[in-house]
Amino acid sequence: MVGLVLVAHSPVLLAGLRAMVAQAAPAVPVGEAGGTAVGALGTSAPKVLDVLREVLAASAGDGAVILIDLGSAALAVEIALEEATAEERRLTRLSGGPIVEGAVLAAVEAASGAPLDDVARAADGAAGVPKLPQGDAA
Amino acid sequence: MSAQWAQAWLRASAAVVHDRSTWLTELDAAIGDGDHGINLDRGFGLVVARLDAQEAQLLPAGVVLAEAGRVMLGSVGGASGALYGRALARAGAAIPEPEAGAGEVPPLEVIVRAFEAAVEAIAALGRSGPGDKTMLDALVPALGALRASAGTGTNLGEALARAAQAAEAGLEATRPLVARRGRASYLGERSAGHLDPGAASSALLVRALAETCPAAERVSAG
Repeated sequence: MVGLVLVAHSPVLLAGLRAMVAQAAPAVPVGEAGGTAVGALGTSAPKVLDVLREVLAASAGDGAVILIDLGSAALAVEIALEEATAEERRLTRLSGGPIVEGAVLAAVEAASGAPLDDVARAADGAAGVPKLPQGDAA
Repeated sequence: MSAQWAQAWLRASAAVVHDRSTWLTELDAAIGDGDHGINLDRGFGLVVARLDAQEAQLLPAGVVLAEAGRVMLGSVGGASGALYGRALARAGAAIPEPEAGAGEVPPLEVIVRAFEAAVEAIAALGRSGPGDKTMLDALVPALGALRASAGTGTNLGEALARAAQAAEAGLEATRPLVARRGRASYLGERSAGHLDPGAASSALLVRALAETCPAAERVSAG
């Protein structure tokens, strides 16, 4: 089953997001790379790579989709992927989707047994899902 | 670049970042997220702990810098950690090891190449250039000053002093700029009127590089 790697500045934020994801799709492997190696707010490329490897192992070769919050998260992931092996990169997709909605939608997709690119599309597509109520108010 | 200089520079950088941590954080609080000084102080503190722990004096300068970069990558946290971490790693990789004929390259040329590698790494990772109100606004003028000195017979100490002055002038020139990268760019026009904290820390690091150049290396002609 495709797994998710959540990268954000705050470990507390990710603990909450993990609970939301687990409620929607408890079987999906989820790894959190939140905060620096010393627990401060921020992101850490070595931590991202460690967590990615754990999730890839748990995915049993199905792959992992990475979701990120703002700023340096993208830089940390970029460095981690450069240090990953070609095989690890082949099994990884980085999504630009919103991390909360994207993680939940991607987890639901992954739980259905969908392949890596479908799960990545679900994460990306979360940006286009309307957040406000649609249609005429009753 | 000698291993002694690389270590002295990292230790001096850690000391000045610690001393100026409040200033860096205040600059960052004005236009960013207010953690630049705290983050860099923590990262450089760990770099110094690593130097102390692993008897790095046995390692060549390039390896010392590359390992410092790895520590920064994992511990600083913000974009500055990724950018300085990557820059140190690339600068370290650009410095030839002593047994690989380092003596054949003029000392100033070694510094120019390492500095170029660092600047290119920051520009590529940050998708940024001069005028974006980033560390590059201090580093690119410093590199320009080093290049201008190379091949002119200027000694290394003088070339580094000019680079430090250029970095400090570059920092001052960030004040009117509107930030185009990082958290400060969220402020748009409101980021004008403040010094850029990344350029500020970069200027401190270049000054530390100039001040720690050992006397024996300082007099070598570029």
